Amino acid sequence: MSTPTPQETLRADLGIIAHHVARGSRVLDVGCGDGALMAALRDERAVDARGLEIDPGNVAAAVGRGLSVIQGDADVDLQGYPDASFDYAILSQTLQTARAPDLVLDHLLRIGRRAFVSFPNFAHWRVRLSLLWGGRMPVTRQLPESWYDTPNIHHVTIDDFRAFLRQRGVIVEGAWFLSGDKQTTSAAANLLAEHAVFLLRGEPGA
Amino acid sequence: MLDTIDPDRTTDARFGLARRVTLPGPLRLDGGVLLSPVDIAYETYGTLNADASNAVLICHALTGDQHVASTHPRTGKPGWWTRMVGEGRPIDPARHFIVCANVLGSCMGSSGPATINPATGRAWAMGFPVITIRDMVRAQAMLLDHLGIDVLQAVVGGSMGGMQALSWPATFPDRVRACVVIASTARHTAQNIAFHEVGRQAVMADPNWRGGDYHDESAPTAGLAVARMAAHITYLSEAGLTEKFGRRLQARDAKSFGFDADFQVESYLRHQGLAFTDRFDANSYLYITRAMDYFDLAEEHGGLLANAFRATRARFCLVSFDTDWLYPTAESRSIVQALNAAGAPVSFVELSSPYGHDAFLLEAPELNRVVDGFLRAGA
Repeated sequence: MSTPTPQETLRADLGIIAHHVARGSRVLDVGCGDGALMAALRDERAVDARGLEIDPGNVAAAVGRGLSVIQGDADVDLQGYPDASFDYAILSQTLQTARAPDLVLDHLLRIGRRAFVSFPNFAHWRVRLSLLWGGRMPVTRQLPESWYDTPNIHHVTIDDFRAFLRQRGVIVEGAWFLSGDKQTTSAAANLLAEHAVFLLRGEPGA
Repeated sequence: MLDTIDPDRTTDARFGLARRVTLPGPLRLDGGVLLSPVDIAYETYGTLNADASNAVLICHALTGDQHVASTHPRTGKPGWWTRMVGEGRPIDPARHFIVCANVLGSCMGSSGPATINPATGRAWAMGFPVITIRDMVRAQAMLLDHLGIDVLQAVVGGSMGGMQALSWPATFPDRVRACVVIASTARHTAQNIAFHEVGRQAVMADPNWRGGDYHDESAPTAGLAVARMAAHITYLSEAGLTEKFGRRLQARDAKSFGFDADFQVESYLRHQGLAFTDRFDANSYLYITRAMDYFDLAEEHGGLLANAFRATRARFCLVSFDTDWLYPTAESRSIVQALNAAGAPVSFVELSSPYGHDAFLLEAPELNRVVDGFLRAGA
């Protein structure tokens, strides 16, 4: 039985994304987990949402909520999706786990007319302190795993990501920064934000 | 299209267990033959609701039958899919009107090589026209017309049942709202055809086969048993066989240095082969394996699988099993890609099981969870 998930219970970055997706649009959620965001988009914004998720247990949970989710790997299975087949492609907390995040991002901007990307900021001051003073790989709220079992194989900072977007000519239509569950300013975000959400567009005028 | 239905549906003779109907047809087969009349043996469970919107059609596999959740009349065994169909199960007679029909060409009461050809008064045998998966689906549609069902809430099938389920929205785009395809494929590969050909040749090499004309004599049970043994291996996984039998010997301490069933796996296969011949007709095995080998849904739609799904608005759910090497996950994935290209809502999951292709018939809580969630979402 699908129960509507109120936006307030969504993870903070998903809440921001949900708030900025246009009503009635078509959305592909890459790395959709158990479908919490998709369910919220469907129930509250009449969105036609499709998901891609690597973990079979999560797929089963999402399908159990009545969502259309395909088990697959963002690194491999995005190439099967036609160009511009969605209004938005969403990649939340998945970029840093991809084997080829640059290619995943290319696909995202190809498949979606716009893309939301959220990721944990590896330049947050707690992370910096952990390395600087502790001399150890950081284990924080956003990055809870130890170095040997972390799925986060491509750590990225907000400034890294901005430089990457500039270099690729990707247009930033929006950016939101989170410290804990609260939004924080874009000033000094690279130091103060634990988490970033970007709204991107591929080609100018598209 | 709706027939007049008895308001008290429980007394309607069309509904219930062990039903059989002779429909005038004719049914135009893919091979060009007009089949008339068409016998269909079927069962229904549950109650058709007032607007006939709760019908779920279950399609059975190669050697399956209409007894999806009732005792098999010949073997006395429970229905073949009681894990999926029944009280509290994902397909539940308390909510759904469940229809399961013996496929065209089979031997449990529907028209096939073992039924009587009205023109000759004798069994059709090899005079029965060659049929396709789509012919089976068209026969099912005739049955639904007879039952007063215009649109299916869902069509569900595993293995060859999945081929029929997939053919349903391709053949009748407006008559099905949801489609569940488990451990199946959109076409038979060279390897699939090859295994079936081994089975058919085993049947035909049996001197009792007599060109299919054995109905007054002994049936070609030895050949059919070998066909079943070969096929049965493809339904299991190497790991599953190793776990179940290993190299263990059958009721003996040492090898016999002969050709008895020394190994447990040999004894098991021989038993499976023999038991099969008690309940299945050799010619039906030829006809149904042929229908599966001819199956290529893309070919029926200009060579592009996505074209098969452009006209339908049905939702799809596909499930594969990681140890199924008969219809491996890659086959399901290519169907998913075609559905995506056609813009159809589709869910897909590869589940883990040690049991190979047969996993869809066994206890699989994740499978039930996926099918249950998928069906409820559209209700």
